[in-house]
Amino acid sequence: MRRAYFKFSWIAAALLAPQLLIVFVFFYWPSAQALYWAFTLEQPWGGGNTWVGFDNFRQVLSDPYYWSSVRVSVIYALATTVLAMSMALILAMFVDRQLAGYKAYRVAIIWPYAVAAPAVGLAFQFVFNPGAGLFSYINTIAPGWWDLSKYPWQAVTAIVIAGAWKQVAYSFIFFLAALQSIPRSLTEAAAMDGARPLRRMMDLQLPLLTPTFFFLLVINITDSFTDSFGIVDTLTGGGPFRATDLMVYKIYADGFRGFDYSGAAAQSIILMLLVMALTFVQFRYIERRVHYT
Amino acid sequence: MAEISIRNVTKTYGKTTIMQGVNLDIHNGEFVVILGPSGCGKSTLLRLIAGLEDITAGEVLIAGEVVNQLEPRERGCAMVFQNYALYPHMTVAENIGYALKVAGLPKVERQSRVEATAKSVGLTDFLDRKPGQLSGGQRQRVAMARAIIRSPKVFLFDEPLSNLDAQLRVQMRHEIRRIHNQIKATSVFVTHDQHEGMTLADRLVVMNKGTIEQVGSPAKIYDNPASIYVAGFIGSPAMNFLPGHISVALRGVVLESGRLVPLASQPNLPDGHLVHLGIRPEHATLVRAGAGTIDAQVDMIEELGASRLCNLLFEDIPICVLTEERPDLAAGATVGLDFPPQRIHLFDAVTGRRIPNDLALVFEKREQPISV
Ligand SMILES: Nc1ncnc2c1ncn2[C@@H]1O[C@H](COP(=O)(O)OP(=O)(O)O)[C@@H](O)[C@H]1O
Ligand SMILES: [Mg+2]
Repeated sequence: MRRAYFKFSWIAAALLAPQLLIVFVFFYWPSAQALYWAFTLEQPWGGGNTWVGFDNFRQVLSDPYYWSSVRVSVIYALATTVLAMSMALILAMFVDRQLAGYKAYRVAIIWPYAVAAPAVGLAFQFVFNPGAGLFSYINTIAPGWWDLSKYPWQAVTAIVIAGAWKQVAYSFIFFLAALQSIPRSLTEAAAMDGARPLRRMMDLQLPLLTPTFFFLLVINITDSFTDSFGIVDTLTGGGPFRATDLMVYKIYADGFRGFDYSGAAAQSIILMLLVMALTFVQFRYIERRVHYT
Repeated sequence: MAEISIRNVTKTYGKTTIMQGVNLDIHNGEFVVILGPSGCGKSTLLRLIAGLEDITAGEVLIAGEVVNQLEPRERGCAMVFQNYALYPHMTVAENIGYALKVAGLPKVERQSRVEATAKSVGLTDFLDRKPGQLSGGQRQRVAMARAIIRSPKVFLFDEPLSNLDAQLRVQMRHEIRRIHNQIKATSVFVTHDQHEGMTLADRLVVMNKGTIEQVGSPAKIYDNPASIYVAGFIGSPAMNFLPGHISVALRGVVLESGRLVPLASQPNLPDGHLVHLGIRPEHATLVRAGAGTIDAQVDMIEELGASRLCNLLFEDIPICVLTEERPDLAAGATVGLDFPPQRIHLFDAVTGRRIPNDLALVFEKREQPISV
């Protein structure tokens, strides 16, 4: 591997400083705080923290509510990833084949990615709200059938759909780029070899998308673990009966509503390790993916 | 009967017309080379035959059937692409056998045909490799094998050798011709390289800006280029051109400098008609100063080993002469040039069309295109 060496320069340092400051203030400092909280316990009547070792972790890991949160987080991550990626792939194929109207939604489809998660959640309130949303029409036919504050599966479905909607954009861009980087002559060669469009998709496009597919799989799963807070908070608030209490939301709920800073900090450390593991997989195995040329 | 007929075919992209009223018949078993500079529409013509582009107007017939509306897979053509277009995720064997797999042939038969085809192009040892693990020449062979295995009615080649180095190019050229001589499938080969075109072709099609300039055997086109464009394009180094006008009284062409170049026969053209006189570098001969048709100054001599390229200047017009002699000439020296009258080509200065050697055509009649 070639390396570049640079001389130290004050200008470079000055230009880097704001970014480094942001990373420090919003990542390293809170992480250090979380570590501190995770291994200590605040005394009931004040008076500083005492070192408790892995006690907080033990407590978290023996809490059945925590495991149900892990379970729903995994369900949420897999469901949004599958939904978002399959939608993205279908749309990208449409755009790649330049089916009717592709220019319009090529642009339109990229917007959701720019929308912040809480805004997505709010927007989906207009869809899912049982009294006023689009889904309220179902209730005029079958009164009381749709109520995501009452039925856990409806609440989970709602956050999955909102989460997937937000993530479609990212996968779409990558799938489209990958599809368009398949040389046209390959498709033409397959057409000359007698393969119809569907056959070409199965034999040519999908296999050539494999590296992109694995990349997006990891990115999407990571994103759905970390970027789901806003959606849950605005759409379901973790309920009903903790049915949508995703790991990232539970940290907030335990920490800032339950005032269990130490438990929440331990949970953040666990979540952080999980995301780090996924990122490691991403860099280690997927960045070094098969190169075909 | 012609295997492929192209009838009055026009191709436009949006508002730009890139091919206008092209007519061409390609006979059964023939090896036709389409030759022309980059961007003249060679690939487009090939892709229109293959069905990879829509025909804007006109008809393409393969084996007597109009194929305008047929999909590529229904036309029975196989194509070798310039960049080979091998499937990168498939092995060599899978690449070669893909068409058979799509056609639903049983695995056993497929395998034996893949092996036989691979053997015929010398790929037996590479069947398990991926294209990325092959050299340029080997990839080229895979592309050939992929076309051959289908036993197509028609082979289409789009500059298949242009990505190879010079030596390999000559070798593959021979191999393509050898394969053609064996299986005798109708072949259309596109190239911008005149050596490739001349050596491979039964018949050569010279294209220019989306139209066909001339069709004929390589030798016929070399001897009787139909236009100043073809004359300048075919032959290397290129033909020399000298502007002048016809003089009936003097039985020749008077060059702009006033020099007279005598012609073989009486020109049946009006006096003063503007022409371009063409002479190939290999047909002009060096003589003593004052003893030839014209005198010229030596600019530079290039040694080629077997022959020498003499770059001369005649009244600021560069003239190139190819000679097998070893003249002792320094830059700036004056030499004589002799133009044998039978070797002189004449082209109409306005239309650019050839004025036939015997000059039998009357000027007024030359408004129709000269048949080739
Ligand atoms: N898809 C296309 N859209 C617009 N113009 C095109 C397209 N394909 C080719 N052309 C134009 O048509 C002309 C002929 O192209 P091509 O047949 O590829 O030339 P060649 O193979 O002789 O180099 C070129 O001027 C090229 O720019
Ligand atoms: Mg081309």
